[in-house]
This record gives sequence, C-alpha cells and structure tokens, in this order.
Amino acid sequence: MSSEPMIVFDGVEKRFGDNVVLSELDFTVRAGEHVTLIGPSGSGKTTILRLLMTLEKVNKGTIKVAGRYLSHMERRGKLVPADEKYSREVRKRIGMVFQQFNLFPNMTVRGNLIEGPTRVLGLSKDEANARAEDLLDLVGLRERIDEHPSRLSGGQQQRVAIARALAMRPDVLLLDEVTSALDPELVAGVLKLLRDIGESTDITILCVTHEMGFARDFSHRVMMFDGGRVIEDAPPDKLFTDPDHERTRSFLHAVLER
Amino acid sequence: MIWDWGYAIEILPALLRGLLVTLLATLLGSLLAFTLGLVFAVVRRNRVPVLDPLVRAFVEFWRSTPLLVQAFLIFYVLPGYGITLSPLTAGVLALGLHYACYTSEVYRAGIDAVPRGQWEAATALSLPRSRVWLGVVLPQAVPRVLPALGNYVISMFKEVPLLLAIGVVEVVTVAQQLTAQSFSPVEPLTLAGLLFLLISYPASLAVRRLERRVGVV
Repeated sequence: MSSEPMIVFDGVEKRFGDNVVLSELDFTVRAGEHVTLIGPSGSGKTTILRLLMTLEKVNKGTIKVAGRYLSHMERRGKLVPADEKYSREVRKRIGMVFQQFNLFPNMTVRGNLIEGPTRVLGLSKDEANARAEDLLDLVGLRERIDEHPSRLSGGQQQRVAIARALAMRPDVLLLDEVTSALDPELVAGVLKLLRDIGESTDITILCVTHEMGFARDFSHRVMMFDGGRVIEDAPPDKLFTDPDHERTRSFLHAVLER
Repeated sequence: MIWDWGYAIEILPALLRGLLVTLLATLLGSLLAFTLGLVFAVVRRNRVPVLDPLVRAFVEFWRSTPLLVQAFLIFYVLPGYGITLSPLTAGVLALGLHYACYTSEVYRAGIDAVPRGQWEAATALSLPRSRVWLGVVLPQAVPRVLPALGNYVISMFKEVPLLLAIGVVEVVTVAQQLTAQSFSPVEPLTLAGLLFLLISYPASLAVRRLERRVGVV
C-alpha cells in the first residue's frame, strides 16, 4: 500500500431536501487501502459510495479521486460542478458492485462483461473476450459464459457483477452491501472471492457491509458512521475489540448479537 | 332485402383491392407512429432542451383533437403552405402523427418500468448515453410494450375508413362507391365489415398470446 491519497473527501455535505445525510465530511483513503464503512442504516455510508460513482451530486465540498476532481472540474481557473463528459472520464477509474447485482438481463454473461471494455475502454472484441474469460475463471463461472443472468443464482449473479466491475480494471472498487440480498449459504462464496481479489490486486476498495467478520479480516481501516459523520476511524482490531466511543460499542453489540 | 350471392362475389375483388390500401395505410401509419412515438418518448425522458416542451405541447394538443380534423388539416390546409400530398400520404401522416402521441406514452411506461439499478449499472460502467439507451434501456423496455403497441395497430386499422373523408380509396370507400352504383348497400357493407373482422380478430388473439409471452397484463 502506498501513501498516495486515492480518494479525498473535503468538507462534503449531502442533503436530500431538508434531510442532511452527510455533513462536513473529510476523509482520505490511500491507494490500495481497503476501508469498510459501518454504521446504522441511514447513517450515510451508501451515500458516500453513490457520490463516488457520481450517482449523486454533492451539495457542498469537493471529492478528488487519484488527484483529479470528481465532483467538480476546473474551468478558467475556477471550480465548477463537473459536467457529464468530464465525470465520465474520471469515473472510468471507479467500479461499483450493487446490492441487487444489476446485471443487464438482455445480455448474456459475456455481453455483460465485454460491454464496458469494448464500448468505453476501446478494447477489441477478442481482447475483451479474453479478459472476460479470465475473470470468469477467477469467479468460477467460466462454463456459464453464454447464459443469461436470469439462469444464475443470486450468488452467481453477484460474482458475475464483480467480474463485470473488474473487467474495467478500476483503481477504485465500491462494494455496496454486496451480500445483503443473497441467501445465507451463498454469502460465503462471494466473500471468499472478495478476499481473493483483495489479496491478489492493489485496487483501492471501499466497502459497505453488515458482515462484521469479513470487515474485520478484509479491511485495513474501519470507519464508523452515525448521523452523517465519522464518529470513529480505526484499524479493525482496535475498532472491533476496544472502540473509543460508546455509540460504536452499542452498534457493534447490536449487530453481533443478531 | 335479400342477400345476392352473385353480386357479393362480383364485388369481392374490388373490396379486396380496397382492403390492400387499408392494410398499406395501417402498415405505413404504424411504422411512422412507432418511430415518432419512440423519438417523442426519448426526447421527453432526456428532457432535451427546447424539444421537450415542444413535443409535450404537440402531444397534448394533438391528443385532444379528432383524427378526422387532423386529416383535413393535413390534406386541405398544408397545400396553402405549398405542401401538397396525395390522399394516401396525407392519410398515413395523419394516422402516424395521431398514434405517435399514444405510442409515446406506451414507450414512456416501458422505459419507466426499467429498474433504476439498470441505469446506475450503466453509469458505473461509464457507458455513453447513446449506448445506455440502445444497449440497455430500450432492449428491456420495448419487448414489454409490444402487446400495447399491437393493440394500437389494430385500433388504427379500424380507423383507416375515416380517411374516406380525404379521398383515400380504402375498403369502406369502395363499399360506398359500390352502394351508390347499385343502390344495394347490404352486400358491400357486410363484406367490408367481415373483412375487418377477419383481420382484427386473429390479430387481437395474436396480441393476447404475445401478452402472455412477455408476461405483462
């Protein structure tokens, strides 16, 4: 892990109407770091991922990814909100896996995997196919390449969705509760895959999850959110065994007692 | 009034020729309505500046006026602006524009039914806007609305006879001409009606089968 900052949030505020979801949020994630965001629902964790994916826009503050503004762009020396073309360039470096998989049902597994590489990165069909096959080997679904997602189980669909995100060779991978919609017996396979990816690549990973065991051995750092603020930010060993804040303690207690 | 089989058989070829014109008008009108309706729906959903309010105003206005008035407008008023159209062309244009206003709403419902997660996944892959539409959204939206579009084709087919008002020689026009010659309205009008039934009924059965296949009520 280098000490280069990959993601920088600077004074970020996000409101939905009168509801302040994130307020004055500052944090930095270094290149290659795995950071897990935990906290009660509605605490703004998912919103952070959605801001990074430009699915939401900041109301105040700025976000930088790999040294470039994501939320804003520089125009004639001034900082203005990013337009569609600019944010598309920056977000090419960011991939996201969703709770509901969101595979394209009108395409085969192969189609899902080569869509981004051919249409966005400009790879040839052959290159994109080779990449797709390698990734399906990694996620253990090579033999399902020509099937439609509807024929796969939830766990298999999620593994394809992870492969689809990796096919873009992102610098940053966002994992939004990727096991929450899965049947319990399918969770382990997906988590194992994520651990393998975490070990074999230097992708910066931001992860929202309720799987505390996974958070503990996967993350370099855990951030505890409540009410749109980071109330505790520590290595997992510290945060899970000896948290400084009472709110963290009661949250962990509630989650682990489940 | 007595049904005259001899007369019925004698006039059948003329009626069939009329029916061909009716079918042609339906086909061309549908193609226009499908294409234009899709353009309207995409313009509206993308909130294209300038075009969006124009389309919206046009659709509201056009849906609130009768097809017959629109056909008259296109056939009799446009020539005043130097645009002279044959009855069939004017008729197809009238049908196409009229039904585009309805098909655009059908497409819109289909597009709205594509889950938000699909748009978000497309954004996460940084797909260009055009590809999001052509590769992800429309391939999911259009199959779902095919039955609804099919129903509009059938109802358009049954409205073609209105075009007799601008001189399109479709099947009812032919029936009327025959009646004027023979003073015997029973055979031509009954046969014209039967021809409509012979086409609309199987067509609506086909649409119902399609509905079951795409699983939309």
